[in-house]
Amino acid sequence: MPQNPDKVIDHEMLFREPEYQKLFADKKAGFEFNHADVRIDEIRNWTKTPEYKDLNFAREALTINPAKACQPLGAVYVANGFARTMSFVHGSQGCVAYYRSHFSRHFKEPTSCVSSSMTEDAAVFGGMNNMVDGLANTYNLYKPDMIAVSTTCMAEVIGDDLDAFIKNSKQKGSLPADFDVPFAHTPAFVGSHVTGYDNALLGVLRHFWDGKAGTAPALERKPDDSINFIGGFDGFVVGNMKEIRRIFDLFGADVTILCDPSAVWNTPTDGEFRMYDGGTTKAEVERALNARATIVFQQFCCEKTAQFIAGKGQEVVVLNAPVGVTGTDELIMAISRLTGKPVPEQLQRERGQLVDAMADSQAHLHGKKYALYGDPDQVIGYTRFLLELGAEPTHVLATNGNEDWAEKMREVLSASPFGASGKVYPKRDLWHLRSLLFTEPVDFLIGNTYAKYLERDTGTPLIRLVFPIFDRHHYHRFPTWGYEGGLRLLTMFLDEFFETLDANTVVAGKTDYSYDVIR
Amino acid sequence: MSMTVEERKAANKALIDEVLKAYPDKMAKRRAKHLGAFEEGRPDCGVKSNIKSLPGVMTIRGCAYAGSKGVVWGPIKDMIHVSHGPVGCGQYSWAARRNYYIGVTGIDTFVTMQFTSDFQEKDIVFGGDKKLDKVIDEIQALFPLNKGISIQSECPIGLIGDDIEAVSKKKSAQYDNHTIVPVRCEGFRGVSQSLGHHIANDAIRDWVFEGKTKKEHTFEPTPYDVAIIGDYNIGGDAWSSRILLEEIGLRVIAQWSGDGTIAELENTPKARLNVLHCYRSMNYISRHMEEKYGIPWCEYNFFGPTQIEKSLREIASHFDDTIKANAEAVIARYRPMVDAVIARYKPRLEGKKVMLYVGGLRPRHVIGAYEDLGMEVVGTGYEFGHNDDYQRTTHYIKDSTLIYDDVTGYEFEKFVEKIQPDLIGSGIKEKYVFQKMGVPFRQMHSWDYSGPYHGYDGFAIFARDMDMAISSPIWGLAKSAPWKNAA
Repeated sequence: MPQNPDKVIDHEMLFREPEYQKLFADKKAGFEFNHADVRIDEIRNWTKTPEYKDLNFAREALTINPAKACQPLGAVYVANGFARTMSFVHGSQGCVAYYRSHFSRHFKEPTSCVSSSMTEDAAVFGGMNNMVDGLANTYNLYKPDMIAVSTTCMAEVIGDDLDAFIKNSKQKGSLPADFDVPFAHTPAFVGSHVTGYDNALLGVLRHFWDGKAGTAPALERKPDDSINFIGGFDGFVVGNMKEIRRIFDLFGADVTILCDPSAVWNTPTDGEFRMYDGGTTKAEVERALNARATIVFQQFCCEKTAQFIAGKGQEVVVLNAPVGVTGTDELIMAISRLTGKPVPEQLQRERGQLVDAMADSQAHLHGKKYALYGDPDQVIGYTRFLLELGAEPTHVLATNGNEDWAEKMREVLSASPFGASGKVYPKRDLWHLRSLLFTEPVDFLIGNTYAKYLERDTGTPLIRLVFPIFDRHHYHRFPTWGYEGGLRLLTMFLDEFFETLDANTVVAGKTDYSYDVIR
Repeated sequence: MSMTVEERKAANKALIDEVLKAYPDKMAKRRAKHLGAFEEGRPDCGVKSNIKSLPGVMTIRGCAYAGSKGVVWGPIKDMIHVSHGPVGCGQYSWAARRNYYIGVTGIDTFVTMQFTSDFQEKDIVFGGDKKLDKVIDEIQALFPLNKGISIQSECPIGLIGDDIEAVSKKKSAQYDNHTIVPVRCEGFRGVSQSLGHHIANDAIRDWVFEGKTKKEHTFEPTPYDVAIIGDYNIGGDAWSSRILLEEIGLRVIAQWSGDGTIAELENTPKARLNVLHCYRSMNYISRHMEEKYGIPWCEYNFFGPTQIEKSLREIASHFDDTIKANAEAVIARYRPMVDAVIARYKPRLEGKKVMLYVGGLRPRHVIGAYEDLGMEVVGTGYEFGHNDDYQRTTHYIKDSTLIYDDVTGYEFEKFVEKIQPDLIGSGIKEKYVFQKMGVPFRQMHSWDYSGPYHGYDGFAIFARDMDMAISSPIWGLAKSAPWKNAA
């Protein structure tokens, strides 16, 4: 029998035992009626060809393995970034189970969020009663200071009116009349999770700045010297927000971070479950109207929000997730300019340390070809850092990237001799990328957990630097932004390079001449 | 410390009353029907079930799409399952259930891929049937070895009036009666995953058994042919079950649906007996095969040696004396291994209290496995069970066991705070909440990325995992900060 009670065999090895191997073979031979092995091989090889690539790129309707999620996911992210705020998604309840699972699998943390649990009757009559009862239940059970409402596609298709529903709920006594319920329509069939981030954040700002949906006077802007920072949807937020706060602190800047879920996704295990922790307070949101300027770290996450803020008379500095040396320089110089303060000695030193580390290691990365995908701004940032290292970003893809993004991306590539061979792929998915990796191979791949299937198919070593990361732990705790984040990215690139080199030279007596201890 | 049954019932009642106070009155009345303590001798657990969740309470439930695509259809490995509608549903459920399989992914096998029609606004406004038509053409062009396609409807499909049945029929005819199955599992249908299971079962009945699709594969039946129904091969569960059925001399002709193929589904009506593990998700098709093809079915439970032995004997009782003798021989052969496992782990687990909250069959089926290790299940509940699940649960639980149907985040947290179990078995959404509280936890949907837990091979892993959770030195650190204990 395969199992061993003294040293329990896990699934990894259990099914390699002869009894199971025979079981698999018998099942296949007797009952599966699969195609002949030769035919399977033939098709497998065909999928690696340029002909298959052409057919694959001719797709108009089918999406396979996309690198994007739907709007409400971004809205739930945003709600998590505000103090004692419960995320309330109006529509079908299964969606909320999915958002919560998705975030918990990435952050290894609880993610609180409620649904209005609409079913068939709500599809016919609208979800008004679900909103009325739902807000009352949420208010009583979870004692939030604010409830941030967004929508699933069900509520959007039937056209539920959030503003009216929320007002009705208050009239019916579900909530106190002055309880803050910012809302955003977040249809899943428009844009992606970054669009949902934008809409939800806009919903919160509009609520507090523009008179709480007509129930209070609009706030009047009284400019001060503070600066707002908006990070955008970020899978590394736990590490990055800590880094961003540290940078602003070094400047001695008065900063308001709008939407900061880094505390609630990083609570201690000490015997107490904290449903709410940290996050931007309502007072901070209100005060943010007065800021001298807002730094938007990820343009494509915040298009409407940036416009809205600019419309209030603030300067808005829009960035594209700048990382690495010149990327971080951009952020640092923006802060310096906006605060009128010189760049702190500490940051000057950190910049030099990052350049130092790059100088130590650049030979290993120079000329290496990379395929990368992710959210639009994130891949712009990563591409710029690769170019600084003398690496060659070859395939740059964003399923949720549009033509504006592609244009910007091409400019970044063409500005560097190392970007000359790079091509940009907006609105493409990971099955497209599979064809690219076969027909125009690269040395390394930057992506999320799902790229492991590409790694397996094409043999391209994967560096996990994109949300979601389910199959590695704790990456989100370390920053990728700032000079410190640059060190982390550099180390990730190098680790994968060295691991790959070792794996490729590991056979004693055969390939071991490059299996060096000093590099 | 140890309470009498009556004391425990009173304590549970007080706890329920306390928890209900947090709700608005009308809602407290509705929730009260789902909470209770089991009274020995009653035919069910005394709670209402399969009723709409309250809005805004943080139900743990999912939707019909999750029940169909995520549970029933998704694991069928040589078909392509299209998440039809916006991108999210397929994205969040992508390869999330650990339905193990053998096959060349992307070539002849497609389980861990995310195929979606990725609806855009224009598809909502003008309808998605044309897009679906083209999606099927593109699948046929790029994946010529696929053995079939299922169309898993997301919410908008039913709301915008698409006719996916017409598209499926048309495309099936166009592709030589290729298996193309429209499934009406829109997420707003029903109250949980459960209706999705039912809809998925019905779709197999209507479009596989009774459809026009090619059923070209056949073999000679034997008197020992059985089909495994309702095992999704999470972490390899169906394999560690199949091995036992084969060892007692039966021939497993199909797995529904973990590591299953469309040919296996089509050939299942040749079975002499359907053996049903997850009653909740596949009783419908089992009943149908009984009525239509005269195939009897029996439920079984392969968690823990006590239930495995009982189940092997029950399954063998449907066959001749050879099989019955084989079952005894297999039970005897595994006994030393089982004894060794119990001897190793029971001393550390004896008397530990467990609370469960899961879906499908697990809120009852795993209880025996815990008891084999000397542990006690003091609370259990179903995400999407029906009354027949709660009836079946009475055979497993003790008098006074706390029962919570469709528990809310609030209730579960309060129950755990008060009862202070030594271990909780539930899902990913619950895991980190309770670990923060310092309570050992195992995910009992995904086996916390371990498994298999079915069969004898699985029991050893189960026992090791439960011990690992409870005996981890980590829990000693959670509440032991020295500056807190100083006072």
